[in-house]
Amino acid sequence: MSGALAVALRDVRFSYRAGRAVLDIPALDVVRGERLFLHGPSGSGKTTLLGLLAGVLVPDKGAGTVRVLDTDLAALGSGARDRFRAEHLGYVFQMFNLIPYLSVRDNITLPCRVSRARRARLAGVTPEAQAAQLAERLELADLLDEPVTALSVGQQQRVAVARALIGAPELVVCDEPTSALDADRRDRFLELLFARCEEAGSALVFVSHDLALAPRFARTVALGEVNRAARVEPSAA
Amino acid sequence: MFLPSLALRSLRNRALISTLTVLSIALSVTLLVGIEHVRRGVRESFEGTIRGTDLIVGARGGTTQVLLSTVFGMSTPSGTVSWETFERWSSHPAVRWTIPYALGDSHRGFRVIGTTAAFFERYRFRDRTVTFAAGRAPATDREVAIGHEVAGRLGYALDDSVTLVHGIAELSFVEHEAHPFTVVGVIDRTVTPIDRALYVTLEGLTAMHDAEAASGGLMMGPPPAAGRAGAADAPPPITAFFVGTKNRVETLTLQAEMNADRTEPLTAIVPGIALGQLWLTIGSAESGLRVVASLTLLVGLIGMCVALYASLESRRREMAILRAVGAGPRTIVALLVLESAILATLGAVAGVVLVYVGIWAAAGAVEARFGLALTTRALGALEWGYLGLVVSAGTLVGVIPAWKAYRSSLADGLAVRQ
Repeated sequence: MSGALAVALRDVRFSYRAGRAVLDIPALDVVRGERLFLHGPSGSGKTTLLGLLAGVLVPDKGAGTVRVLDTDLAALGSGARDRFRAEHLGYVFQMFNLIPYLSVRDNITLPCRVSRARRARLAGVTPEAQAAQLAERLELADLLDEPVTALSVGQQQRVAVARALIGAPELVVCDEPTSALDADRRDRFLELLFARCEEAGSALVFVSHDLALAPRFARTVALGEVNRAARVEPSAA
Repeated sequence: MFLPSLALRSLRNRALISTLTVLSIALSVTLLVGIEHVRRGVRESFEGTIRGTDLIVGARGGTTQVLLSTVFGMSTPSGTVSWETFERWSSHPAVRWTIPYALGDSHRGFRVIGTTAAFFERYRFRDRTVTFAAGRAPATDREVAIGHEVAGRLGYALDDSVTLVHGIAELSFVEHEAHPFTVVGVIDRTVTPIDRALYVTLEGLTAMHDAEAASGGLMMGPPPAAGRAGAADAPPPITAFFVGTKNRVETLTLQAEMNADRTEPLTAIVPGIALGQLWLTIGSAESGLRVVASLTLLVGLIGMCVALYASLESRRREMAILRAVGAGPRTIVALLVLESAILATLGAVAGVVLVYVGIWAAAGAVEARFGLALTTRALGALEWGYLGLVVSAGTLVGVIPAWKAYRSSLADGLAVRQ
């Protein structure tokens, strides 16, 4: 894990059904600690790409490699990929990120409950203490014991960020996390997200169809351009 | 401990469905275990109704009839047995003791039985003999000992004077002609038919009939008192007698010998065997109940499967979140199997609790109505077997929704249909 790349895709092809590739990406790199905006309109294969990054999906047999933190995910068994994801990855969905029957605190500490390795990354701090710290910095301090159903959408998304960042994973993947937020809250959300990723030293892969967000990122990649299998024009928004 | 707590909270999140599922399993467990529990209790109580007696001998009749008319004080005796026959068998070399037993009238719904002191010395039920809460056994033809329930229901106490004529003659103008008895003993509670009987001496029974005959009261019961009024010195016929052998090995030989009595046609039964046969007749209803209970259990388990399966659609998001934080499909399977195992276990526990509460609540009524001591007891092997079956079947059923969740979590990955 000494390489400079958080993510390296090479000649990756993926198809759900034989002969109909959804993804065909010659190369895509994400440097460690980098903030990448991945512009992906619907139909561009973004969900599939995120599935590959998370190790939930693997490329077609012999069709390229997905290396995350210098680990070839396809070379791992599915159980090992799950453990790898638990240890090294944070994931934020578009919405409904939280398990409804757990409190805010328990939602944030969930990765540490699933994975011993993730808990070990806390370096002596308890998951609860770390959760409290993250909550503080994400303006959630008063909400730790609330049921998640009592939260606004913006608060829910910030809880999701806290969960993704607990244990400071090397890679944070966000799938349209701001699409349910209005402009003001979206800006505040991005500020907090960036600050926390910087603190943790995590690379951020942020997928959205909203090109207006692109200027806030160091680098923008249009998925429709890197994906030769995309059937949707890259400019479509 | 992460998965169990997650499973518990997930179930609590769907409290209504979870409760209903547990309840449906609990009710079937209550039926299944309750039937078994009650059956064992009833059987023990039933088989303990008479002990230590090797043979019951009555006039020629059916085994069940002899049993019912003696031990249970039910139905009518098969006929009478003459005193001579009783004495002849009493002095048989294989016989250690006998108890004469004459089933008489009923008194306000309770049977009056004529017997001797031998009854109070020899007769055994469960592992007890007949003992007195107060007083002693009747010794003269004007004394009566009463069962626990008789004392309670009719409000008779020691030294009360009771006119033991047939119920309808009680308020009769001819009471002075009747034969008054004094209560000299109240028998300890036995939880057998003894509680519902009055015991007089054989002479007392004869006197009672003579008095009734004289007062024009109804003639009930077998001892034909007609023409023998005042002849109390001649021992009356009895309806049956109990026999204890010197050596139990001789029981069957003695039984065959009695059944072949040429002077008087007799039926000798071995109480244990007769009780067993009677139980078999009653028992067929019980296996029907067991089938019904098993079907109920099946319905309960299917209901649980359906409830869990139907919940999966709305839980796809939850599964995707768990996958995203690194839970493998196996964890998802384990979660669902665990949930159904928890539901089944809770159902089993609640079912057992219901059995105990039910027995505790119903024991009084059942005892008063059927004379059966329904007692709570530790679970038997069969009952534990049922519980094990419920929990493992419940867990197994959970594999169906778990498999579905496994498939869809593989297919969905982190994508969730909105």
